This record gives sequence, structure tokens and C-alpha cells, in this order.
Amino acid sequence: MLNRRELLRHIGLGTVASSLPGISFAKADTDARLVLVILRGAADGLAIAAPYGEGKYQSLRGELALPEPGASNGLLKLDGLFGLHPSLANTHDFYEKHEALVVHAVSSPYRERSHFDGQDVLENGVGTAGGKRDGWLNRALAPLGGSLGNEAAIAMSQNTPLVLRGSNSVTSWAPSQLPDADDDTIQRIAMLYAEDEFFSTRLSQALDSQRIAGDIGDMEKTRRRGNDAAQTNSMMQSAGKFLTAPDGPQIAVVESGGWDTHANQGSMSGGLANKLAGLDQGLGALRKQLGPAWSDTVVAVVTEFGRTVRVNGTRGTDHGTATAALLLGGAVNGGRIVTDWPGLATNNLYGGRDLYPTTDVRSIFKGILWEHLRIKPDYLDRAVFPGSISAPITQDLIRN
Amino acid sequence: MPAPTGVLLLRIESVIAANRFGLGARPGELSRIDGNPRGWLLDQLQGPSRLPKDIRSLPDTASVLLEVQEVRQMQREANQAAETDKPSPDVVQKFGAVVRKHYLSQTNARFRAATDTDYPFHERLVHFWSNHFAVSADKQPVSALAGLFENEAIRPNLSGKFFDLLLAVEKHPTMIVYLDNQRSIGPNSMLAQRANRRRRDQQFGLNENLAREILELHTLGVDGGYTQQDVTTFAKVITGWSIGGGGDRGRFSEGVPGTFEFRDNIHEPGKQQLLNTTYKETGVEQGEAVLRDLATHASTARHIATKLLRHFVADDPSEKLIAKIAEVFQLSGGDLPTVHAALVDSREAWQSTFGKYKTPQDFVISAFRAFDRVPDDGKFFVGALDMMGQTPYRPGSPAGWPDTAEHWGGADALYKRIEWSSTVARYAGTRVNPLELGNAVLGPALGDHTRTAISRAESIMQGTTLLLVSPEFQRR
Repeated sequence: MLNRRELLRHIGLGTVASSLPGISFAKADTDARLVLVILRGAADGLAIAAPYGEGKYQSLRGELALPEPGASNGLLKLDGLFGLHPSLANTHDFYEKHEALVVHAVSSPYRERSHFDGQDVLENGVGTAGGKRDGWLNRALAPLGGSLGNEAAIAMSQNTPLVLRGSNSVTSWAPSQLPDADDDTIQRIAMLYAEDEFFSTRLSQALDSQRIAGDIGDMEKTRRRGNDAAQTNSMMQSAGKFLTAPDGPQIAVVESGGWDTHANQGSMSGGLANKLAGLDQGLGALRKQLGPAWSDTVVAVVTEFGRTVRVNGTRGTDHGTATAALLLGGAVNGGRIVTDWPGLATNNLYGGRDLYPTTDVRSIFKGILWEHLRIKPDYLDRAVFPGSISAPITQDLIRN
Repeated sequence: MPAPTGVLLLRIESVIAANRFGLGARPGELSRIDGNPRGWLLDQLQGPSRLPKDIRSLPDTASVLLEVQEVRQMQREANQAAETDKPSPDVVQKFGAVVRKHYLSQTNARFRAATDTDYPFHERLVHFWSNHFAVSADKQPVSALAGLFENEAIRPNLSGKFFDLLLAVEKHPTMIVYLDNQRSIGPNSMLAQRANRRRRDQQFGLNENLAREILELHTLGVDGGYTQQDVTTFAKVITGWSIGGGGDRGRFSEGVPGTFEFRDNIHEPGKQQLLNTTYKETGVEQGEAVLRDLATHASTARHIATKLLRHFVADDPSEKLIAKIAEVFQLSGGDLPTVHAALVDSREAWQSTFGKYKTPQDFVISAFRAFDRVPDDGKFFVGALDMMGQTPYRPGSPAGWPDTAEHWGGADALYKRIEWSSTVARYAGTRVNPLELGNAVLGPALGDHTRTAISRAESIMQGTTLLLVSPEFQRR
């Protein structure tokens, strides 16, 4: 029996891309892989990597303050100033093996307090909400040479998040509980769509993903709406599967929601601790699934902005500015904290309430795209992050 | 395969009315609309005189909130007895069961009503406004309440002014709980002052969540010309907008449980200035006065006009059309039937190209309408929509679901529609004739290419699948 890809070629669908002039089809000659994890809702960087060594940390954070390293259920020590949240045990192991680093006091150029605009800026890469309709990671795909049916990137969701939307072809996948449509029906649908580009493109991408995902087996049965941690786990594992498939993508985007901790955020345990534990387990599952490919991988965990330094009236934190980001993977030059730390003294806080942003997250993205995916700096400045001169490449994020 | 003459005689305007403004045609509906498609739409603006039966028979928000709070109380007591913060599995299970029961019965009622209704344009408007004022069931106890919020705050308020709808929404217990306003305490309120005198360690404070989303999402829009200071001040204005009885703290036990309750003792006293206006009102009237001004603000008119057009007409509506609808909004003082009628009366809404890609929800509803079958189990909708990325009442944020093909057009989401279509086609079985069905629900909009594909299908089930996944059926 023909596989889906051959089937499409037979009926002339797989050839759309090859009729386009002037595009090279060979994928970039690199094993480098990138997983972008977007935490939606503004994750609290001061809980992810807490500056326990700051004199004012305990008093400012009040009941949300985490115990010092060494204390029962205390922070996992990074250095004399910072510790990781106790839920991030795998992340801490990676850090000790020099396979993870923390970027702190980082933010996108967005300085207001809307989640939706904040995510827009994080994903469009141009500094203003609505400033572009496509995403920076999509624009970065052009030099990687993916093509229709041979996409360089996959969204681990039914629909494509802004960061991956744009003119370069990307694909998407999420688990299903439904029986497959039979091959004959699929073939007829492909013919039905032949004259409609919107539908034919998407069908062809979906069929490719089905082929790769085909032997994911029990992951197929994962309930998408199961518990949050299990869901992140399964998505990370599936991402690992796609990234190690012989003709699979080299970039995956995983999204996680529910980080908007306005009330009852908790400290060592509670709502945020559970979210972080789920993320941490997912990272462990991804590492396992990637196997040897882990050494060529960078996982970047980012969020749209941070949260207020002080606790609000409802045992939570409100929308803030700077936050923390995590880079993990065998390719990461890890075991360190990358920060121009602004401190928590009141007159050093942004607007008197938030951690002051000292690193533009685009500097981090540029560093990864240049040193890891070998996308040239002039292309990054011109096409991927136009108008980002104020955000120079952060060097040495990647192991030599 | 040319279309039968009877179908060609149907007007394309009828198909547009049923699909672009409605929820997809049921067999026979296009012929009924055909005399006067525009009139058919305008007649629906007041909605049916009675609520659909499934919706009428649901309990109200107050009683569900009470039930949920009782389970929570059990949980607290069990924890105290066991001296632990960790709820026992029994109690967690019980809480989950109560919430799930309500979520499913409300979802079921909503989708049965949408599948069954003779007022599909009205129902679309209910869905639109419910999404504009989104509460999301991924926060507890909202999943037990989201459908009731739609029925109590949105449905009864679409035949009046936007202000009345806005007020009903912001005073609804579900919105207050969803955006944490019952926890927001004026720093100079009686309660905060008393507490400050006694116990210095306990902090009371504002929660800006509801105030911010009212400005950003419900009224002015993110570029509507307000500042962070306006958000903070507005949060002070609406301190005390709370719910009666129970809640999380024993001291808040006054008021009728589970209904709106203004709590003067946590309200920030004094006049407030925001958006260049000074509000000298006291108590609940201060917040009402701000909402009254927001409801007729030029930025609100534009924001609402843009969203309505994006929902019904085009992903990128023209500037001219936005200005036109915004003007109608302002001139009518935000009269919703007038604004909704202006959509129907705009020429651009009747273009024969089908530019909108159906959301998963509207895709699934229109499929059941085409089959003229009303599923009797809400799980059917929840399962299907969950896979397609639009779990009922769970947009995940107060911004609600987006309304563009850019968002819904993922490759995997299309594949899920295909899998689902072939599954329901099997359920629909051999009683349907797919080509006749296509003629009946899409009339002259069903293209020759799709007609041919359906007529050559190897089985009725395959033909039905092809109809449902066809570009014509998925666009509106």
C-alpha cells in the first residue's frame, strides 16, 4: 500500500511546492534542534529562579517567599544569589550537568500589562502588538530550507500559534481519539481539495504528521484534557518523537497555559508549584525521548512578561515586567545564570513594582538562532527581528 | 454533475443568511428563507419569546454556587480533621463530579438549542457576546457556571442597550469570581483600616483583574486610550462588587448567597478620577457611573464594531465599514438591535465569496443542523470540539476565542475535522442522500467540483464525509 506521502504525490498534491521557482528544498545541513516552550499567562520569574540572596527577597515576597537552599523543601541552589523552585528537580539536574542555564530579568520589549498584547509582542518579534501578522520563528525558517511536505517546524497543537505563523510552511499535530478516515476517503478528499490552496496545503501537512505520529502508539490515547501535568508530559514526549523522526522537523513549539497566578499562588506547594512540577516532568520526558539527539538540542522556556515583586491582596501576584527564562539541552552552554541583575531595591524596580528588565528576550532568541541554528546575524536583524538593534545577540549561550 | 434546477432557483442570499449570519441550514430551511432572507434575519433580533426548553430547565447560578460551596466546605472540614492541606481523594472526586455534572448539562443545553433553533442568527449573537465577555471553565468553579452566565447575563440582554448588557455581565457572580473581584479590597476601606489597626501582618489589597479586562476587553479595547493609572483607579471604584454569602471567608457572609452583593466595608471610599472624569458618586453607583460612560465611549463603539464585523463578515473588515458600524453604535447610544441590524444592512456582508472559515464550534453545529439531528449527550460536543481545539466554554482566557482563519486553520485541526466527519457520517448511516443533503443545505453555493466528488463516492458514508469536509461547507 502506498503511504500517505506517496499517495499525495500520485495525485499531484505533493508537487505544489516544487513548482515554485527559486526556493531551495534541501533542509539545512545541521542536526541542531530547537524546542520553544511558551508559558501563557505570565509565569512568575521570581518563583522559577528566586533571588534568595537578596536581603529584601523574604520581606517583599512575604508569604510567597521560598525557603533558602538546604531548608526543608527549600530552593535548589544555583549560586549564592539564586535558587530554582523546589518543583524543578530535573531542571536542577540539567543545570548541575551544565546542560541548563537561567536568563534572569529578561522581558520582551512590551511594557504594558495585557497578556494578549504581551504574547503578541513575544511572538511577532517586532516590539509592538499587532506590529506584524507573522511570527519571528516562522521568518527564521526561510534559511533553514524547509518546504511544503518537508517542514522545518511543527506546532504541538491543533492550531498554529502566532510565533510560527507566516509564509513559510509549518505543520501541526495533536493527539486524537477518533478513528482514522480510511485511505480511499483521504485520497478523494485530497482530490476534492486540489483546486483550493488553503485546504490542500493543510491536508498535505496533516498527512505527513500522521505518518510520523503513526507509531506513537499509546500517546495517541492520551486524553488531552487529562491532568495538566500529564498533558505537558505527553506533548513534550511527542515533540521529541517528531524531532527524532528521520525526515521530521527540527523545530517544535509547545504551549502551556494557566500561569496567571493572581490569587493563591502558593510557595513550595500550591497552584504554581504544581504547574512547575508538570513543566519539569515534561522536560525530563522530552530529554528521554530525544535520546542522543539531546546533545544537539536547545529547549527555550519563555513567557510573555513577569509578575509584581510584591504579593497582592489575594495571595497572588499581578502582571509585572521582567521575568526568568530557561534554556536547557545538551547544546546549551549551561550551569550558569545569564543576567545583568537589577536587584530588588525599591528604586531599582520598574514602575516601583516590577523586576526591572535588563535583557531583551530577542537577544536570547538571536543568540540561539545564530549560534545553534547558524542563521546569519544580518538576516536576524533584517528579517527575523526588524527594528531590534537595541537587542544585540547574547553570545556564548551555546556550547562550542 | 449539474445542480438540479430547483436548487439553482434558490437565491445565494438565502445561503448567505443561513450560513454567514446563522448556524447553517437545516433541510428545508433555505426554501423558507428564500422569500426574504434579510427579513428572516431582522425578525430574529429580539430572539424567541421563550427560552429553549433545555435551557429553561437548568438550575440558576445561586443554587449551583451553593452546591459547589458545600462540597468545598466538606473539603475544608475534612482537611481540618486530618490536619492537612491536601484534600482527600474522595472530596476531590466529589467536587469534580458536581462540577462535571453541571458543565455537561449546560453544554448539552447550549448545543441542543443551537442545533434545534429557528432563530440561528439570534443564537449566533448569544455566542458572539458570550465570547466577547468570556469566562473560561478552566478556572473553578467557573466550569459549573459558564453556561448559566451565558443564559442569565447575555441572553436576556440582547434586545436593549449595550450598557444594560455590560452591567448585567459585570455584576454577574460568575464574572466576579472569574476575575477575582470579590477578593479586591480598597486600601482605605473600613475593613482594611480596621485590620491594619489590629493585625499588621495581614495584607489587604486591590486586585486589578476585573477592572483591567473591562477596559481592555469588554469596552474601550487595548488601544482605547486608558493608562495603568486608570486601571488601578477603576479597580478602586469597583471594590465591593462581590457576591453574597459564603465565599471563601466567614466574615463575608451577608447578602443573598450566590447573587451580586455590594460590600460597602471593602469599598474604597471617596471620589475617583479616571479617563479625565471625576466620579463623585458613592458606593455601587460610582462603578455604575463609570460603566455608563465606558458603554458609550467612542473607543468602545469602534472596538465592538470591529469585533462584530470580524465575527460575521471578514477576518479583516474594511476601515470604512468599521467606521460605519461604530457610528451606528454611537448614534443609537449602543442600541444592540440597531447595531445588529446595521450588520445585516451592510452591502459588504452579502458578498457571494465565502471568506470566513467556520470555527470548530460552528462547523460541528452546522453538521448536526444539516443532519437535522439533535444529539442528546453533551459529551458528543465536548469530545469533538476538544479535539478541534475549541473545548466548549474553555477559551482559556478572558479574551475569548479568536475569530480568524489564521487561528483556526491549523493543519492538525483540519485533519480532526476530517476524522470527525467520517465518524459522524458513519453514525448518520444510510438514511441520508449526501447529494440531496448538499443541495438542501448549500443550494447554489455547492460547486460542481464538490457535486461530482460526492456523486462518485463509493458509499453514502463517504459521500456524506465529502460534503462535510468540502470547502463550501467549511466556509461561510
